[in-house]
Amino acid sequence: MELTKDLRDMLDGKFGEGARLALKVQVGIGECFDAPRMVPVTNAHVALSNQEADLWFAEKMVKLGARAKISPTVNPGFCLAYFKDKNMVTDEEAEHMRRTHEAYKALGCRLTYNCTPYMDTNIPFPNEIIAFSESSATPFVNSVWGARTNRESAQSALCAAITGVVPEYGLLLDENRKGDILVEVRAKMEGDFAFSLLGYMGKKIGPGIPVFVGLGNYVSPESHRNLGAELNTSGAYGMYHIVGVTPEAPTLEAAFGGKKPLRTVVITDEDFERVLETEISDPGNRKIDFALFGCPHTSTMELMHIASRLEGKKLEVPLWIMTSSLTKTNAEKMGLLDAIRAAGGEVIADTCSDQPCWHLYRGKVGVTESPKCAYYPRKRGLEFVIRDMDTCIDAALKGEVE
Amino acid sequence: MGARTFSCHKIAEGIGEGEVIISKDEIMFYLVRPETGEIIEKAHDIEGRSVAKKILIFPGGKGSSVVQSDGLYQLMMNGNQPAAMVIQHPETVLVAGAIIMEIPTVDRVDPEFYEVVKDGDRVRVDADSSVITILD
Repeated sequence: MELTKDLRDMLDGKFGEGARLALKVQVGIGECFDAPRMVPVTNAHVALSNQEADLWFAEKMVKLGARAKISPTVNPGFCLAYFKDKNMVTDEEAEHMRRTHEAYKALGCRLTYNCTPYMDTNIPFPNEIIAFSESSATPFVNSVWGARTNRESAQSALCAAITGVVPEYGLLLDENRKGDILVEVRAKMEGDFAFSLLGYMGKKIGPGIPVFVGLGNYVSPESHRNLGAELNTSGAYGMYHIVGVTPEAPTLEAAFGGKKPLRTVVITDEDFERVLETEISDPGNRKIDFALFGCPHTSTMELMHIASRLEGKKLEVPLWIMTSSLTKTNAEKMGLLDAIRAAGGEVIADTCSDQPCWHLYRGKVGVTESPKCAYYPRKRGLEFVIRDMDTCIDAALKGEVE
Repeated sequence: MGARTFSCHKIAEGIGEGEVIISKDEIMFYLVRPETGEIIEKAHDIEGRSVAKKILIFPGGKGSSVVQSDGLYQLMMNGNQPAAMVIQHPETVLVAGAIIMEIPTVDRVDPEFYEVVKDGDRVRVDADSSVITILD
């Protein structure tokens, strides 16, 4: 790979050991993909996870004196103040989160602790070259905002934030942003939950950039969020097109750049039912212990909807709603928090579903509107029935799910 | 029949040797039990089987940009990481994880390799020299 003099100096350690290691990792990635050079980035999002590998790498970078040249926004771990106060985490778990906080602070990150930065806190410009990790964030910024990023990992995005460059390959280049697979959606697409199920079709869709047709001419931000989150749970997708909706797909021809689709996939209601019932959800018709929403983080519009559905009612089991601190602050001003708390629910800022703060539900069964929420915490022993949000709210009110 | 060699392309440096396990499905290493190397993902092609110390042949990574590396890291801490990984569709998340966690990884393997290799074969992956060998 051809490197500028500055970058050669960085690789020689003239800008510190942290920057040297970060660039070394990126050169390795660039060589894997035959990138000819590095190009500057102007924005980044690091999907920190407050897990051992994540903390190991972040602290290593701090020790090596690294600091972000491009300050990235970051993902949630768990809200230390809240869960410590409620005794829901052990001292060791609290210490882990504290160290995560200190490491990312020392690296000079914007401590937004939110996995949906594309909604409000970190919105890139069209064609801006950026380094975004996080399941739903990468496809959203590429597909909806028209910015350019590869599907960075938390660590490679941190490296980019430190060096200020990324290898030039993949989705940074026009020719690689065209569609590969035609996905004809014949399933009934009512509400944002249908987009979660559509996203979970990764196994059937297969590798490449999908081009969806049959989704009408408006797709809500929450539906885009759900589609991207689940595409990157069931598979690995940096980008998608929706004909007549996303900016690089005004027409079918434009979406494919004049190429023929490599294959055509048809998605039906039966596909949704099969995946939901046999692959991802626990069986329904049972009592539940809790409800967990907000993987990825719940939006203000969704909080408005939940608050209205809970008005004058009492929840039978705890309902936890994860969101950003910004959305939570807005919700407080709007009186939504009071409405949700009056029913017995709680809105939690800065927190992810795959964190130790939820260990009280080990061996229990919850409901969630998010297949992704059910997928990762499986490792922690949490089980979920997956249903659309309204069915989940009804389940939390009754203590059982249909 | 003697050992057969095949060309490949280096992703992460190093040399690994072991028994082959083939997965038709993409892999999310977070849903692998670190203490045993067993895949715990529901409905996965190799659910319940272990990737520990194996030559893991699979299409590529999938899922979270966050915990893929954590999965590999936890396997490393338990000494249960694959001896090497052979993939077909490299994507940045898995590539970055393999480089950072120093697991020998290759792609662009001679297509003939896929016609002859089978579960249980002994294979040596030399990423540094871009050669895969099916041993006797």
